[in-house]
Amino acid sequence: MQQVLVGLSRTTILFIVASGLSLVLGVLRIPNVAHGSLYMIGAFVTYTVATVFGQSAAGFFIALVVAPLVVALISFLVERGLFCHLYEREHLMLLLFTFSFTLVFGDLVKLIWGSDYRSLTAPEFLQGAFSIQGMPFPRYNLFLLIIGPIVAAGLWFLTNRTKIGKIARAAAVDREMVGAVGINVSWVFAAVFVIGCYLAGLGGALVAPTQNITQGMDHAIIIEAFLIVIIGGLGNIWGALLGALIFGLTDSIGILLWPQFAIVFPYVAVVTVLLFRPQGLLKSTW
Amino acid sequence: MFKALFDAKILISCSVLLALMLMMPRFLPRFYVYLFALMFAIALLATSLNLVLGFGGMYQFHHAVFYGFGAYAFALFATKSGLPLWIGYAIAPFCSAALGLVLGLITVRLNRLYFGMMQISLGSLVWAITYRWYSFTGGDDGIHGIPLPDLVGSSTGAYYFNLIVAATCLLLMYMIVNSPFGRIFQGIRDNPERCQAVGVNVQKQQLTGQVLAAFFAGVAGTLFVTVEGSVFPDLMFWTLSLEILIMCLLGGWFIFLGPALGAAIIISLRTFAGIYTEYWTLILGIVLMLLIFFLPEGVLGLFLKKADPAAKREG
Repeated sequence: MQQVLVGLSRTTILFIVASGLSLVLGVLRIPNVAHGSLYMIGAFVTYTVATVFGQSAAGFFIALVVAPLVVALISFLVERGLFCHLYEREHLMLLLFTFSFTLVFGDLVKLIWGSDYRSLTAPEFLQGAFSIQGMPFPRYNLFLLIIGPIVAAGLWFLTNRTKIGKIARAAAVDREMVGAVGINVSWVFAAVFVIGCYLAGLGGALVAPTQNITQGMDHAIIIEAFLIVIIGGLGNIWGALLGALIFGLTDSIGILLWPQFAIVFPYVAVVTVLLFRPQGLLKSTW
Repeated sequence: MFKALFDAKILISCSVLLALMLMMPRFLPRFYVYLFALMFAIALLATSLNLVLGFGGMYQFHHAVFYGFGAYAFALFATKSGLPLWIGYAIAPFCSAALGLVLGLITVRLNRLYFGMMQISLGSLVWAITYRWYSFTGGDDGIHGIPLPDLVGSSTGAYYFNLIVAATCLLLMYMIVNSPFGRIFQGIRDNPERCQAVGVNVQKQQLTGQVLAAFFAGVAGTLFVTVEGSVFPDLMFWTLSLEILIMCLLGGWFIFLGPALGAAIIISLRTFAGIYTEYWTLILGIVLMLLIFFLPEGVLGLFLKKADPAAKREG
């Protein structure tokens, strides 16, 4: 039970990161490999900002706001400067182009923060654990469990109730038609890309107090995010939520049953899903 | 048959190149002999990827897993079985091909991009198992000091062995590309729906292509072990796969020898940039960006286009 709850809070991070990836995949059709790098940058910036404020509670929350915005700014510059010239190319080129950013960002992070790992402690009132029916449950995980639904609700609101969300969904289905009715699709794409990357940064900021912030955390998360998006259906945000749930839960059950090869369990789940639903569980925009 | 496959110009230039390479170890310092031997392995790897990527149009995003799997299969055979080492050379590629078959059975049913992303994911699973399974694969330490047959124990021996094996495999792949199967494969690349409509079993052909490519990647893996004498999990990490994709792109993936040229360029760049800076991936990233913007047909593609405007796209 405790393991399930811990798994659920891990799910929150996975969902936030994967939904950003899914959003970009669904609307822009870019498999953004650099998503993991932005997540890593988010974590490192969180560390730096929080440290500037002496790792106080206020500093942590300021960092939580600032870091995703920094990531969003970076992605905005990248999108307007480079990506927007390449949308007509095939997927393979776009994938490789985002990969070039993975390479560049990876080394820039090494250049700026060095190759040591960093660690950040959560604010005092989020540290420690309280007990549920005698089992300890970390407070920070509860915090994550609260954040997750808020982000999901925000995303739902953005895609279903705002004008830009509706335009973005229309552009995902038929970008030429959207352009033909006089909407500047290029800027819609930019907005979606920035929001997607903002989510990567947010995921990185939230994960910062729970693990060591290291080089290489970009590589680990991006594969997991890919898997989640595949299970859920490319471009479907609720699919990302469902996929994150499946992934987080099978992973935590795996840790319980067979710690050394826990990683096998989520993969088995993914393969099983794909054998029966090759297009993912929910409707894909592809 | 040979006449149909090679026109005189290609035949002559290839044999001159081969003769040059056969003589090279006499003049070169040892380090370069090692470097070239490594290059042959990677060139074979890149060409095997291009078999499915450039000629089959399949988004094979995780090809390195077959390469690493072949290398590990050989390493484990050599260190644990006690049987003659040459048998390991024969078995390892078939292990890779078997892995290609298993992964292919799961992935070929998916559409293009799904195929690629699933390939990355499943390949990462193989990597993760290798990484964790300390008792069998040595975990992240890998396996070092793998015994090699005496013939290829020296660096010159490894050079000649790699040159001959890689050249033979390239020739085989060239024949595959120009065989009826290869033609169908290219047809699928250009228009899968139409191929389906005229009665080609697209998924079966793609599966065959995948298994063949995995086989040759496995051969490349054994060649790597021949040069380095060790294996480690990074051989099947997905970033290596994308690096191979870069090699194909750099050389030009509509031309048969393009990826091999790309491999040679990337390996030399990495070796020499590595002397001056530890930020090699930064350089690679920037090279890649420039490439995508300005040279999407690759170096060899550009060269051939300049030499003969009519002969683009064909190998």
